[in-house]
Amino acid sequence: MSAVADTHSQEHHHGPASGITRWLFTTNHKDIGTMYLIFSFAMFLLGGSMAMVIRAELFQPGLQIVQPEFFNQMTTMHGLIMVFGAVMPAFVGLANWMLPLMIGAPDMALPRMNNWSFWLLPCAFLILVSTLFMQGGAPNFGWTFYAPLSTTYGPPSTTFFIFAIHIMGISSIMGAINVIATILNLRAPGMTLMKMPLFVWTWLITAFLLIAVMPVLAGVVTMMLMDIHFGTSFFDASGGGDPVLFQHVFWFFGHPEVYIMILPAFGAISHIVSAFSRKPLFGYASMVYAVGAIALLSFVVWAHHMFTVGVPLTGQLFFMYATMLIAVPTGVKVFNWVTTMFRGSLTFETPMLFAVAFIILFTIGGFSGLMLAIAPADFQYHDTYFVVAHFHYVLVPGAIFGIFAAAYFWLPKWTGHMYDETLGKTHFWLSFVGMNLAFFPMHFLGLAGMPRRIPDYALQFADFNMVSSIGAFMFGATQILFLFIVVKCVRGGEKAPAKPWEGAEGLEWTVPSPAPYHTFATPPEVK
Amino acid sequence: MAQEQSYYVPEQSKWPIIATVGLGLTLYGVASIMVNAKQGESTTLSWLMFFAGALVMAYMLFGWFGSVIREGRAGLYSDQMDRSFRWGMSWFIFSEVMFFAAFFGALFYVRVFAVPWLGGEGDKATANMLWEGFQASWPLVNNPDPEAYPGPKEIIGPWGLPLINTILLVSSSFTITVAHHALKAGNRQKLKLWLGATILLGLAFLVLQAEEYMHAYQDLDLTLSSGIYGSTFFMLTGFHGAHVTLGTIMLIVMFFRVQKGHFTEDSHFGFEASSWYWHFVDVVWLCLFVFVYII
Repeated sequence: MSAVADTHSQEHHHGPASGITRWLFTTNHKDIGTMYLIFSFAMFLLGGSMAMVIRAELFQPGLQIVQPEFFNQMTTMHGLIMVFGAVMPAFVGLANWMLPLMIGAPDMALPRMNNWSFWLLPCAFLILVSTLFMQGGAPNFGWTFYAPLSTTYGPPSTTFFIFAIHIMGISSIMGAINVIATILNLRAPGMTLMKMPLFVWTWLITAFLLIAVMPVLAGVVTMMLMDIHFGTSFFDASGGGDPVLFQHVFWFFGHPEVYIMILPAFGAISHIVSAFSRKPLFGYASMVYAVGAIALLSFVVWAHHMFTVGVPLTGQLFFMYATMLIAVPTGVKVFNWVTTMFRGSLTFETPMLFAVAFIILFTIGGFSGLMLAIAPADFQYHDTYFVVAHFHYVLVPGAIFGIFAAAYFWLPKWTGHMYDETLGKTHFWLSFVGMNLAFFPMHFLGLAGMPRRIPDYALQFADFNMVSSIGAFMFGATQILFLFIVVKCVRGGEKAPAKPWEGAEGLEWTVPSPAPYHTFATPPEVK
Repeated sequence: MAQEQSYYVPEQSKWPIIATVGLGLTLYGVASIMVNAKQGESTTLSWLMFFAGALVMAYMLFGWFGSVIREGRAGLYSDQMDRSFRWGMSWFIFSEVMFFAAFFGALFYVRVFAVPWLGGEGDKATANMLWEGFQASWPLVNNPDPEAYPGPKEIIGPWGLPLINTILLVSSSFTITVAHHALKAGNRQKLKLWLGATILLGLAFLVLQAEEYMHAYQDLDLTLSSGIYGSTFFMLTGFHGAHVTLGTIMLIVMFFRVQKGHFTEDSHFGFEASSWYWHFVDVVWLCLFVFVYII
């Protein structure tokens, strides 16, 4: 770079560089967003393959395909990869692509750090996935890695798992700092906070949650490391520690984490429902306050994951009431989405199909969550397939469908082409049917008493397990179709205008499709 | 001054990928060292990997911060860019606060719940069945299972070395503030003097902490494996010491930059960021002093 102060250098923007160095050295939010999305989809397929192994083993009672030790590695890695490798990076990819476009900024606030945040992820997952090939196998103690199973009884690869988590955490924290600085500092003149699009609001709040709780995850994972290698007794009662301490610190991270995994979807859904109803979002202010309330409450409900562990009664009551309280702002959002649709001019292109399915099925997941929140009832549901049903309903038709909806919604902007609408609808319906077949029976399995994380089960659970596995295979196979749809769209298709969706509003729809490499070098004026 | 300087976006940069390689090598190296050592296997290769990674990280830090310093001094950073850096540093410090919050939280849980329950409070049956005769107290010198975790002979009282360390750090927060005012007033000699004093106070703190650790390990049998008291003591003070080390390095870098003529009365964010970090480190120590040593 020239040492001479030269503001003109900004205007001489080159297009993207060529070759692999473009991607290694980029500072461009669109490039980085694309990399995050590709990485997250690859992880989704990897984590999904592990789910296929799980469901193949559970297809029938008995042990047919894998040994229990390996099965445990599959359940653990499936969870870790989906949470940290698929869902979170996908939302960061969406944020990278869309936040600067939505607020009229030239790029993210700290573009070089942005690229570092991305490249740390392949590094971390290389380390995590390599544990499958280490002596003793991969982590096998569930994605929640409770001590002392993970400390005293974990395989040697646990240490590598811990450092992989550290790297992911550094990536997330830096990414979140970038998001906050971008949103608070780089908005176009005239865009006050209460004029920001919902996706921007949900990401602002998600970023705050990330900065607050990822360090706590780093803390718990470091305490684990100390217990394993340096003879500390954080989680060992014979030294005065407590295994339940692990659960408290982990879930203090863990609960905000699940909101981190859903709030950006809430934002995208708000955009999509409004666009395809050709009506402004109902109750903008209450939507913003609701997200804020959800985020604040998310800090004080963590022990609802621990009702059966011996928490004092007063504690259980507090956490039960606080958890039930979160249903209120969430309900506000669901009502507002539905009200947005009411008397709207509705069409059901693929993004809207995913969005409507999101609203209905996420709400079902919310209902099972409410059941779990009731502490005495939870004593029956805890560690059964009822819990598995609940979180797969909020994560799959919740987070994942939210991501699909957003991808279909914004693919024309990213690529300049319309995706194939017939194939998109096919992907939706097959995913919808597959997902419900896979996870709805799990409610009944759990209520009937089937425990989680087991490779073999009692005979009375056989029929529903078979149905569930068939649904899972269907869902899994359908995602290959999505890969095909995306590749096809990137390579060609009907040319997309700047605003392919007539009901869509926002600065992002004022730039051409595909969005030029550099946009909003001069910020627009927002009325 | 030109109107509305546009927001600087660097075109390309090799530093992020270099930093990834560096961090990956360093942490994979540390993991390998620990795992191999535990299994009684050779750690030579692992140490090599660690040092290679650390070297790459050092190269990256010089290079990346160097680029930022050069760009700043070339006038490429608008006021808006400056605000991005301020937000960035503030939120980074907040994330560090939350990291310490996890350990303070653990300390709170252990002292208020875990240890009293083990001692029989609340009539939770397990403690009395597993370790009869265990008396809950804090600091915890007699662990439930003294064979697995032999307790310390003594703990470190607050009014000796820790009090001196408190005085050192609080003074250093004062000295760096004086240095900052000197910088803003354009008094370079005074700036160098008071910044140097801050660094010396920080180094003195670290030396005394090291001495305290040696005393704890050798004379008091207070180690990481002395039970939960030792665990929380060393985790909290240890990570704090690591952050003081980082802060001192930052201040030393600032000192060299001052020597080179960097920083003006109005533009010296690098100095400010380091100063914020230093104050944060001081505040964490005050919390430590109260909750680990005194109460």
